[in-house]
Amino acid sequence: MNVVAAQHSDGFVVYDGVQKSYDGETLVVKDLNLSVARGEFLTMLGPSGSGKTTCLMMLAGFETATSGEILLDGKPINSVPPHKRGIGMVFQNYALFPHMTVGENLSFPLEVRGMGKSDREKNVMRALDMVQMGAFANRRPAQLSGGQQQRIALARALVFEPELVLMDEPLGALDKQLREHMQFEITRLAHDLGITTVYVTHDQTEALTMSDNVAVFEDGRIQQLAPPDVLYEEPRNSFVAQFIGENNTIDGVVKEIRGDTCVVQLDGGVLIDAKPVNVSKVGERTRVSIRPERVEANKERLADDAHMIKAEVLEFIYMGDVFRTRLKVAGNENFVMKTRNAPDQVRHKPGSMIEIGWMPQDCRALDCPQ
Amino acid sequence: MSMPAYYTTKDKIWHYTFRVLCYAIFFFLLAPILIMIPLSFNAQPFFTFTREMLTLNPDGYSLRWYRDFLGSESWMRSIRNSFGIGIAATIVSTTLGTLAALGLSRSEMPAKGLIMGILISPMIVPLIISAAGMFFFFSSINIAQTYLGVVLAHAALGTPFVVITVTATLVGFDQSLIRAAANLGASPTRTFFKITMPLILPGVVSGALFAFITSFDEIVVVLFVAGVEQRTIPREMWSGIREDISPTILAVATILVMISIALLTVVELLRRRGERLRGVTPH
Repeated sequence: MNVVAAQHSDGFVVYDGVQKSYDGETLVVKDLNLSVARGEFLTMLGPSGSGKTTCLMMLAGFETATSGEILLDGKPINSVPPHKRGIGMVFQNYALFPHMTVGENLSFPLEVRGMGKSDREKNVMRALDMVQMGAFANRRPAQLSGGQQQRIALARALVFEPELVLMDEPLGALDKQLREHMQFEITRLAHDLGITTVYVTHDQTEALTMSDNVAVFEDGRIQQLAPPDVLYEEPRNSFVAQFIGENNTIDGVVKEIRGDTCVVQLDGGVLIDAKPVNVSKVGERTRVSIRPERVEANKERLADDAHMIKAEVLEFIYMGDVFRTRLKVAGNENFVMKTRNAPDQVRHKPGSMIEIGWMPQDCRALDCPQ
Repeated sequence: MSMPAYYTTKDKIWHYTFRVLCYAIFFFLLAPILIMIPLSFNAQPFFTFTREMLTLNPDGYSLRWYRDFLGSESWMRSIRNSFGIGIAATIVSTTLGTLAALGLSRSEMPAKGLIMGILISPMIVPLIISAAGMFFFFSSINIAQTYLGVVLAHAALGTPFVVITVTATLVGFDQSLIRAAANLGASPTRTFFKITMPLILPGVVSGALFAFITSFDEIVVVLFVAGVEQRTIPREMWSGIREDISPTILAVATILVMISIALLTVVELLRRRGERLRGVTPH
């Protein structure tokens, strides 16, 4: 929260108390306050229907905010029509003009801006080279593969040198390998050109690998705004913990709070150590969350007074680089432990009983949704 | 098409019966039109084949009815009228129909079904009723028996075709292209002419051709609304049959058939071009 407040005044893109309702009753976006610094790569991440795309469309000018103000470089843009905003955008389905060649597609925004023919050609070629598509200027979009169309859409959004580029799930239609390659390429381009990027996706891996900051959307609100590592390691509530990465959760009751650690009695009766995140008083229901890779079966690596908990091995899956061990812990049969495939790593047999534990700071006591 | 080996005698009989039936239907549809073409070259003022024609004697054939047609002042006037009224009505109905279809394709448009129904009603309402209505209405505002009246009447009849063809084209139109154009800095006007129009052009042109043909072979409304000055080709043919029965109208009919075939060919070529442009079948 403090981070947002500090950036708020000097952000390049600022959402100030923005609300959006389509039918006048239900709010799709509820009191959005968000600031994006110049040159920042911000990802709006969330499940479908969480309001992230609406936020992007309001910034592009295709939706109007019901209340609140959106500022671009300090100036309110609510009353500026989309074609005068000068924001680049990559659409989900690329939206390349099918009746124009690739070169004409890229030339279009320059033509609109009244640029001369020779300058246009130079800029188009430069943009095409940027995405390694220089040889395709005379092709039509229908003659290109999905990945190639994606690159052209990217080049078209960049060719008129906007300071802000919006991307609406641009990699959704690509296969996994191509998607990973394009993730890398988009981030490289964005950083090389120093442009501010607002990227919308429902793919958390994409959000984590590409962004400077990620805003997690749910139910029309930002649940957490943080850099990827903070988001992953310190989720602020159980929605974020559940949505980002894999997570083990067990419900319980807070028994004791001592500064930055607390003791939670799980529903099975076992006591464990946890870090209180959004629990405030003893006796409160809580959901503790532990990342599979932070679960430790080797007692030597844990503190002497760490609480250990009994677990039954249900399944052992060999995945190459890691081992996935499915455990039954405090009644939860989907508790996963992920261990690195090291020479000394134990391969637990299904049916055996083991003891597991974790560093108190890795086990986060969060709100318990009803 | 060869028959599969497993066909029984019954199957074979059905196979041939089916073919014969198909050809019979084609014959039924085309014969009245095709029969006019040789008859229009008749050297005699008859509507039947003469002995010379049947024996393929060159003397049995002549272009006299075509000469008659081209030399007649009233026929020439009707040609000018038909094209003039047709083109003017086409321009009006294409403009109105395209705009209507664009409006009806927008999601925020209320009462779409009702408006669509009203717009295409001239196609559904019996022509004679439209014609009578137009006659009384146009008379009361003093545009009956004027070119303006006929053009407006034909524009009303042609608009539904444009609305339908353009709406059909817009079904496959990707609305995000409009957003993309706006995002790239194009004003709504520029977007319309550079993006929307080229992509829906096949629909617009085929609608325009249908509107033109509607006006070109329309007679009921013309009988009611047009005066002597505004006589079109069909109107002239109608008097031709009633007043002086001469094979000239066969020559005219042949020419009209040729024009229709040419126009329909254009429609089909445009449709194929449209599909290619939209990338349905990349070649």
